Amino acid sequence: MTNPAAAVASSRAHPDAATKAEATSPKPRRRRSIRRAWIGWLFIAPFGVVFLVFLVAPLLYAFYLSLFSKGLATGTVFSGLGNYVKAFSDPEFLGGVWFVIRFAVVLIPIQMAVSLAAALVLDSLTTRLAKFSRLAIFVPYAIPAVIGTLMWGFLYSPVFGPLTSIFGAFNQSAPDILSSGNIFGGLLNVVVWQWAGYYMIIIYAALRGIDPSVYEAARIDGANPRQIALRVKVPMISSALVLILVFALIGTLQFFTEPQVLKPIANGAITASFTPNIYAYNLAFQFSQFNYASTISFALGIVVFAAVYIFLFTTRKRRGGFSS
Amino acid sequence: MTAALVTPSSDGLTAARERSRELRRPKPRRNITAHIFLVALILYFLLPLWWLFVASTKDPQGLFTGTGGALWFDKNFSLWANLQELFTYKGGIYLRWLGNSALYSLVGGVGATVLAVLAGYGFAKYRFKGRDFSFAILLGSVMVPLTALVIPTFMLMSQLHLTNTIWAVILPSLLSPFGVYLMRVYAADAIPDELLDAARVDGSGEFRTFLRVGLPLMRPAVVTVLLLSVVGTWNNYFLPLAVLSDQNLYPVTVGLGGWQALAASNNGGGTSLYTLIVVGSLVSIIPLIIAFLSLQKYWQGGLSLGALK
Repeated sequence: MTNPAAAVASSRAHPDAATKAEATSPKPRRRRSIRRAWIGWLFIAPFGVVFLVFLVAPLLYAFYLSLFSKGLATGTVFSGLGNYVKAFSDPEFLGGVWFVIRFAVVLIPIQMAVSLAAALVLDSLTTRLAKFSRLAIFVPYAIPAVIGTLMWGFLYSPVFGPLTSIFGAFNQSAPDILSSGNIFGGLLNVVVWQWAGYYMIIIYAALRGIDPSVYEAARIDGANPRQIALRVKVPMISSALVLILVFALIGTLQFFTEPQVLKPIANGAITASFTPNIYAYNLAFQFSQFNYASTISFALGIVVFAAVYIFLFTTRKRRGGFSS
Repeated sequence: MTAALVTPSSDGLTAARERSRELRRPKPRRNITAHIFLVALILYFLLPLWWLFVASTKDPQGLFTGTGGALWFDKNFSLWANLQELFTYKGGIYLRWLGNSALYSLVGGVGATVLAVLAGYGFAKYRFKGRDFSFAILLGSVMVPLTALVIPTFMLMSQLHLTNTIWAVILPSLLSPFGVYLMRVYAADAIPDELLDAARVDGSGEFRTFLRVGLPLMRPAVVTVLLLSVVGTWNNYFLPLAVLSDQNLYPVTVGLGGWQALAASNNGGGTSLYTLIVVGSLVSIIPLIIAFLSLQKYWQGGLSLGALK
């Protein structure tokens, strides 16, 4: 934290005589703006250093490592983009990518539907129950993904969970959610549970920001509450929706924690290359293939960028969520 | 100082809207369907927490073959015994994990917030060459999948011999491009330039102007970013899993995940470990739930910032 201190020192060293002199002559004003510019950089510098060291440097280093490959006989040799050719034809990597894309395509609409419906209902009610449910829906966001997944893992389990006795009461055998056929749905439920509240709060806050006179105008035009919700409210918060869709997409493509935590109890349903991140983790820490693991990480970054770009392009909201 | 008197104009506006909203909205009808929907949502979202609480009160025997089923209490209430077992197991390693989580998330979260506040203020209130370009890069970096950086970060750290130290977790946690984005958006609106100029004319230096005028006006956004980064670090799993191998340095997420894997691979032998996992999970989420509930008036407004602009 030396930089803010430097900023203090510098502003003390040059007492603000310049500020007062600016009105009299143009020269000091220019000097002042140069000094200001320099101070602007000082404010940004501490973050800039962290940004360079922990974002730019790992990216460059990963790219550098990905250009080499390590063989038993050959040692480490430069292989150019060979690792990428290998990755994008590696059935394990492609299988993981295919899984996270499928997962995102199913997850995101469900999650949006739940959080949008909850936010719309909460926006139209002012009862105590509504206030309480707003908190109840949000609480899972405050819970670590590891703990959330552990809890659902227990609930899914035929030994600990309620499913066996619930289905037993109807003389049915409970489905094994942790089997390879059902794990998709099991993970889907964990993620919806964990994140729907966060998205709901963002949508809700955006809804509260709409000027209610708009609703009045719609009502005078004969719109019923449902039409107001779908034709007025939803379009007015579209930039919030695009923002959280992008967040959901980025988050889902990086899927790691939930499957990794369920893995020990899922009896082989979650493989070593279940998602690209799990694959990269196992390549690095089980098989010590650091060059190829870097390639997978970097390739995943490329996939995420491409997916986000395609998404923003197709929703034609390229400047929707983020603008400076 | 005039700063105390001046509040962001949007606050007054929101209050006025709020008032007109109350007036214009028809009396809340007892909307039965909407309330049934809400009750269903509450049940779904609180179900795992209810289960966790109930399961924490059971002894290992009760966890497997309880008298009340999975969602109700067993005849033996052994929450206190479980807690005692949790805090003394293997020389109290769980307490150590809890302490590590607190250390990582407080140092990482406070550090990330300080950096984000400074940078957000710098971006919002100073004009300089390269500003728009650097901010565009920052926005682009919000899209970079942070977990894809974990393995490269690990390898960079191991070159520097920093793996398996607390810095391997804390230093990468300082990175919060989204925090900077939120801070810039908020500072641009909440801090009038005239106020800064007035302070400068009064002879206040740039950094003192920031501390005395800028910072107080940014408080709601500061609390939001602080809360989000503390929670983000507390909940982090992939990074500490990759960079730490010494059990004594684990945060609680990695520790409990490890117990889970151990219990599952032991099958029957891990019986009492399951009880510890359950009660350990319960204890670990309490601080965060308290933090969120007590600070809700801050983050509920703050979270919307990114979405509204």
